[in-house]
Amino acid sequence: MTLPRNARFRIPEPGGRPGDTPHFGDIDIPAGGEVARPHASSAEQDIRDLPFTLIRTLGDDGAAHGQWDPKLRPDILRIMLRDMQLNRIFDDRMFTLQRQGKTSFYMKSRGEEALGVVPALVLGQQDMCFPTYRLVGWLIARGYPLIDLVNQIFSNKQDPLKGRQLPVLYSARDYGFYSISGNLGNRLGHAVGWAMAKAYRAKDDIAIGYIGEGTSAEGDFHEALTFASVYKAPVILCVTNNQWAISSFSGIAGAQETTFAAKAIGYGLPGLRVDGNDVLAVWAATEWAAQRARAGLGATLIEFFTYRAAGHSTSDDPGKYRPSDEADHWPLGDPIERLQNHLTLLGEWDEAQHEAMLEGLTKRVRSAIKEGEAIGTLGESKPSVKEMFEHVFAEPDWRVLEQRNELGV
Amino acid sequence: MTVMTMIQALNDALDVMLERDPDVLIFGEDVGYFGGVFRVTDKLQEKHGIDRCFDAPIAESGIIATAIGMGAEGLRPVVEIQFADYILPAYDQLVSEAARLRYRSNGEFSAPITVRAPYGGGIFGGQTHSQSPEAIFAHITGLKTVIPSNPYDAKGLLIASIECPDPVIFLEPKRLYNGPFDGHHDRKLQGWAGQSEAEVPDGHYTVPLGKAATVREGSAVTVLCYGTMVHVAGVAIDEAGVDADLIDLRCIVPLDIDTIVASVQKTGRCVIVHEASRYGGFGGELSALVTERCFYYLKAPTQRVAGWDTPYPHAFEWDYFPGPARVVDALKRVMEH
Ligand SMILES: Cc1ncc(C[n+]2csc(CCOP(=O)(O)OP(=O)(O)O)c2C)c(N)n1
Repeated sequence: MTLPRNARFRIPEPGGRPGDTPHFGDIDIPAGGEVARPHASSAEQDIRDLPFTLIRTLGDDGAAHGQWDPKLRPDILRIMLRDMQLNRIFDDRMFTLQRQGKTSFYMKSRGEEALGVVPALVLGQQDMCFPTYRLVGWLIARGYPLIDLVNQIFSNKQDPLKGRQLPVLYSARDYGFYSISGNLGNRLGHAVGWAMAKAYRAKDDIAIGYIGEGTSAEGDFHEALTFASVYKAPVILCVTNNQWAISSFSGIAGAQETTFAAKAIGYGLPGLRVDGNDVLAVWAATEWAAQRARAGLGATLIEFFTYRAAGHSTSDDPGKYRPSDEADHWPLGDPIERLQNHLTLLGEWDEAQHEAMLEGLTKRVRSAIKEGEAIGTLGESKPSVKEMFEHVFAEPDWRVLEQRNELGV
Repeated sequence: MTVMTMIQALNDALDVMLERDPDVLIFGEDVGYFGGVFRVTDKLQEKHGIDRCFDAPIAESGIIATAIGMGAEGLRPVVEIQFADYILPAYDQLVSEAARLRYRSNGEFSAPITVRAPYGGGIFGGQTHSQSPEAIFAHITGLKTVIPSNPYDAKGLLIASIECPDPVIFLEPKRLYNGPFDGHHDRKLQGWAGQSEAEVPDGHYTVPLGKAATVREGSAVTVLCYGTMVHVAGVAIDEAGVDADLIDLRCIVPLDIDTIVASVQKTGRCVIVHEASRYGGFGGELSALVTERCFYYLKAPTQRVAGWDTPYPHAFEWDYFPGPARVVDALKRVMEH
């Protein structure tokens, strides 16, 4: 058979634009518990089906099913619920404060709270997270003081990063949280290098690195996978597939051709595709990959399949490029609601407890913000201008000294 | 003639070129359906079709590499890098490929691409939405670097860049997108409406690459600048009360050396202003050229006003930004001689 000759290039288009009925393409969603859990020591060649399915534990009935169920104690489940909810309340307040002009910029994690909170609880204190800007949940779960987040966001006198960095681009080494920069993607290789450094020192600490599905198009992603694979680095590399970059959908990063988890196959790494709105699945997958890494079996690529339920940032209006009710049609639900249902089903949670929790968390956020506002919001208060010239080098050179002098600080 | 913001003028230039030349096409992150995060490509996809203006994967090196391939074949791709800060992943493609393809292939292949990127500070964008990277392009032979300071020039220079047979880095001062900005951030914002440079002719016209604009004429000092700093220097000249030649370079490669030399030989003093940090900045090249070519005319050491040699710090936007007060100081210093 001869093929026709009509080559054209193709530009992928999403399931829906403003005004359309939301449509997410043909997402195949296995039931909770349907996917079997191979032993963490499995050979990569034997588990090449995993990147093409979706690991889930929570069923439509709210119960946990199957081999991936990590069988967590209810108190751990309640901690996850609390921390995800705290993440959400904090985000909502900070977003509003940006709208009121109290800071320049903010980014929410809405719908993806599990991806920061859960791995922070699974991994050890000595493990290092190489986050994206949507992972404040990690810091929250690790007990980072809310007031320090607020001060960073306000760039005020008490900002732990001394006013040098854009809001939400935190750095918190003591909390296992690597410095974020505004440039996408270029820290994934750092996670690999950090993990290799730990292995070099014969420690069994590991690293976890995150990248958005949009950013997986950058060379950094592919280079990190190559290095992780070649050196069998003890690292977990995660693609947070929340369906949208800014206005471009996952198809612009290649999602119409294959899954992000399946990229692992080309590098000879195991790839897991996981329901990112199912905290138990997120827990189990992270634990599986961590076990492999600590056992010297190398890196795992995990695609967390989720949905960015909010705008990209305070500079964004998603109503301009996707149906405004798209979030309501997302088939994997909301991570907080699903966990709440699960706990309720177990008889470990009720409406009254939930209300009390919300009230307590709202109070905590309010009081942190109040404290931050008392120090000052953006422009009202800032660190000493001297700080602009600090930490350029370990020791300042003559330029920095002269210029500081010229500015009189 | 229509009064336009710089965003509208740039959009109009792209519209004109898409209409006029079927070889022109546009791609970049978020430029398609959405029309770009700064709206410069607004409605172009709708008007000209999805294969004329479309979204690219988030991969700056890939964007430039793909554009070079298209350009080598004969198309005229115009690509957007969402912020100039994010051009760095593509630096190798620009330096080792776009800039040298013509030279190394003895003219068999070339890269007639235009790379648009919003640049510069004044918007509280922090370290990675504020930088001014022009010097790292000026240093690379084979790249042209263009920086407009108003809507009229923006349209004419962009059309000239697209028509240019060589690769052009087109840096758009994002602080000027919606209005002129003289550095007095505490005063009321101005729009472009009412400014004569915002009157933009309809249809096709060009502002030639390599021709500076003398924004105002004076006899005591020459001020060399481009982009946002044209407006900052303008107000600083008034505040210092000096009689200055204010030169908007518009292109740093090719550079209008004749206009610079004629002015400095006339005034005998030179102040150079840019937002980028000072050390290794383009001001160093300008200062060297002025010294080499105007040494016997100079009455005072040339002064540079620039960003400090630190990354661009979020909370210290206005301590970092070389605003009118620092330009006034430099003008006074040269006038002491
Ligand atoms: C190198 C680089 N290119 C472009 C940008 C501009 N930008 C910031 S966020 C973003 C979208 C990222 O999408 P994705 O990786 O899917 O992450 P998400 O925001 O969805 O979590 C873009 C294009 C940037 N910050 N850095």
